[in-house]
Amino acid sequence: MNKVYIYKAYERFWHWTQMFIVFLLLFTGFEIHGSYQFFGYEEAVRYHEFAAITFLVLVVFTIFWHFATDEWKQYIPTVKNMKDQANYYLFGIFKNAPHPVRKTQLSKLNPLQRLVYFGLKVVLIPLLIFTGLLYMFYRYEHQGAIESLNIDGLETVATLHTLGAFLIIAFIIAHVYLITTGHTVLSNLKAMLTGYEEFEDDNEVEKKLTASQSAEEEAETVNE
Amino acid sequence: MKKIFIYLLVINIIIIALVVILTKNQTRETVLQGLQKEYSVRETSSVDHSKFEILQKPFANPQDATAACLTCHTGRGEEMLKSAHFLWSREEYVEGRGITNVGKKNLLNNFCIGIGTNEASCNRCHAGYGWNHKSYDFTDQKNIDCLVCHDNSGKYTKKNGGAGMPDDSVDLNKVAQNVGKPMKTNCGSCHFYGGGGNNVKHGDLEDALLTSGTDVDVHMGYDGLNMECIDCHPAEKHVMKGKLYAVSSMNRNRALCTDCHTSMPHKETIINEHSLKVACQTCHIPTYAKVNATKMYWDWSTAGKLKDGKPYHEEDSMGNHSYLSIKGDFVWGKNVEPEYVWFNGTANHYLVGDTISDTTQVVKMNQLYGSYEDRDAQIIPVKIHRGKQVYDKKNKVLIQPNLSDSVEGNGAFWTDFNWQKASQKGMEYIDQKYSGDYGFVHTEMYWPINYMVSKKESAVSCIECHSRDGRLKNVSGFYMPGRDFNTFVDKFGLIIIILTLAGVLGHGLLRILSAHKRKK
Ligand code: HEM
Repeated sequence: MNKVYIYKAYERFWHWTQMFIVFLLLFTGFEIHGSYQFFGYEEAVRYHEFAAITFLVLVVFTIFWHFATDEWKQYIPTVKNMKDQANYYLFGIFKNAPHPVRKTQLSKLNPLQRLVYFGLKVVLIPLLIFTGLLYMFYRYEHQGAIESLNIDGLETVATLHTLGAFLIIAFIIAHVYLITTGHTVLSNLKAMLTGYEEFEDDNEVEKKLTASQSAEEEAETVNE
Repeated sequence: MKKIFIYLLVINIIIIALVVILTKNQTRETVLQGLQKEYSVRETSSVDHSKFEILQKPFANPQDATAACLTCHTGRGEEMLKSAHFLWSREEYVEGRGITNVGKKNLLNNFCIGIGTNEASCNRCHAGYGWNHKSYDFTDQKNIDCLVCHDNSGKYTKKNGGAGMPDDSVDLNKVAQNVGKPMKTNCGSCHFYGGGGNNVKHGDLEDALLTSGTDVDVHMGYDGLNMECIDCHPAEKHVMKGKLYAVSSMNRNRALCTDCHTSMPHKETIINEHSLKVACQTCHIPTYAKVNATKMYWDWSTAGKLKDGKPYHEEDSMGNHSYLSIKGDFVWGKNVEPEYVWFNGTANHYLVGDTISDTTQVVKMNQLYGSYEDRDAQIIPVKIHRGKQVYDKKNKVLIQPNLSDSVEGNGAFWTDFNWQKASQKGMEYIDQKYSGDYGFVHTEMYWPINYMVSKKESAVSCIECHSRDGRLKNVSGFYMPGRDFNTFVDKFGLIIIILTLAGVLGHGLLRILSAHKRKK
């Protein structure tokens, strides 16, 4: 078994803070949406706005970090190995096949992760932030009394913001499940907590490869 | 070294915190406190009217009393002759009509309908004497009733059915020697009793305001500032500030909360911003008719039933008339939650002679204009008084029936119980055609709610509107968080979540099964 340092301290801090804030945003957001009552509408709005501003601060810091450390490059989508990774999730994983892409400190994301996280960071979160800011700072044009963002109605902004929120939920569900697909069920989670992730060492990879190949052959002979 | 930094840091934080807390408390309440100070001082009169000889000599009639007032108060008579309180009419611009006179002389309502032929009874509340016929002289200053508004003795009342004349019991000299600025009792003597009884019309303006505390009305409550009507409705040349949209149409000379409270009275910006689209009253008057019930529904079509040839009445559980032979069926409401509409300060009215385009629809006795897109419009609370009243089926106009008469047999409905005769007589008097074919049509009248302002703790809370089925469920034209949602996005979102869950669970299950198989 190998242990590799994957997630740096800031990254872990950022990840867990973001998780907490996004949960708060979701929970208060859907209360504002009218889906249930928990904090009370007034409080939900207050918490949502507070969480949103905290989130913005975190996002600004994190963007800075990504560029300062060149980590942003990890999110550039690539098609290399993408098919292998898809094959792994669709077939290999059931046969205990080895992971097709090795995680290293320089490449912590597999090609599918790159694509999804890229979408998250470039489309979904900016969508939520942009519509959220409009939601927060739009003003009715009113006899010149307040001059800033003038919008005729909230409908489009709110609808897009809500759509984003639903997609975030879907992302979280898939995300939470996919972290169980590491070397062991918990190895990804541990990595985000401690920074170190356990991987198959070369021996294990070898073993898995032969095992899954022989399983395939077996299956073929059965088919015959 | 390190220690010093920590000390400095802690001290700085404490100083900043103190400054923030102290300045906040300083600024927060000044507007309100200032108003409280300003309005807690009562003016006292600079003269004693009881010393004036002219007011001690007996008056042959009330007109003489007016003449006596005018000997000193020169010019006030002309002012009054032009005022709405005397003319019962205002020249106003009405969208779609142009400049017209609007007032009780030519508009109808869905209570006692109209004043034509009923002057003796209705015009008891006229700020004048003897308006008992349409030929009344509105140019004679002696016809002005100064006392009804300026009596401070509390002894002045007008005679029932007396067309504005004082009651026989009134000692005019005593009243004239005790005059002053109008008090709640003066204004209330008419404005509380519109529609023929306490709180019948307004719902938020009734005689309980004379004796209630700030739990009923923060401004007028005896345990608060105990404010007078004229504190918010001051007069300029006998023209009162403010008016009600039951009888007026233009967005001018209104009495507004913001006149005193400024347009940003809350410490939370988000609430101040609401005021661009939401009137103060909407949140600060959660219910009206807090003490006595108000009339919500009046069905004239059932009027006229007799028992043993005699009119009778029935009462509801609160002790209010639920049926009167002379008036029909009523529904009353207490602690009523207002309905809400967009309103930009302009209104239209049903004026005598207007044709009803569709008699299967509800006829609006007054229509408050406004919409979400309208920059001047706000959401306001209203009492909607619904009714069913007599109309001419052929000519498609509302009928002004003759209701009251001092003697039987002249055709008045309240004495003879005959719609045909009452309609004929009423319409003839106001110079309108009547086909002889009457029916009943549904009507609605909108009463903006402005009084019975609750304490701030009892203001309407966010969730009461920001929810699927809240107070504003019928106010349309805009997206409101918590109430509205895009049906497609909500369905799509749910489906995406279910699909993702299903995918994840299926995938997980397969993984468990395959691992199980491998072990074997
Ligand atoms: C993961 C991130 C977020 C989620 C899941 C989320 C979710 C939601 C949801 C579901 C609503 C209710 C929409 C409706 O029914 O109309 C809402 C409202 C709102 N959101 Fe967000 N939101 C997020 C981020 C943000 C951000 C970053 C901002 C601001 C910068 C923001 C500002 C607002 C505002 C202003 C409202 C309207 C209610 C209010 O005035 O507080 N949101 N949010």
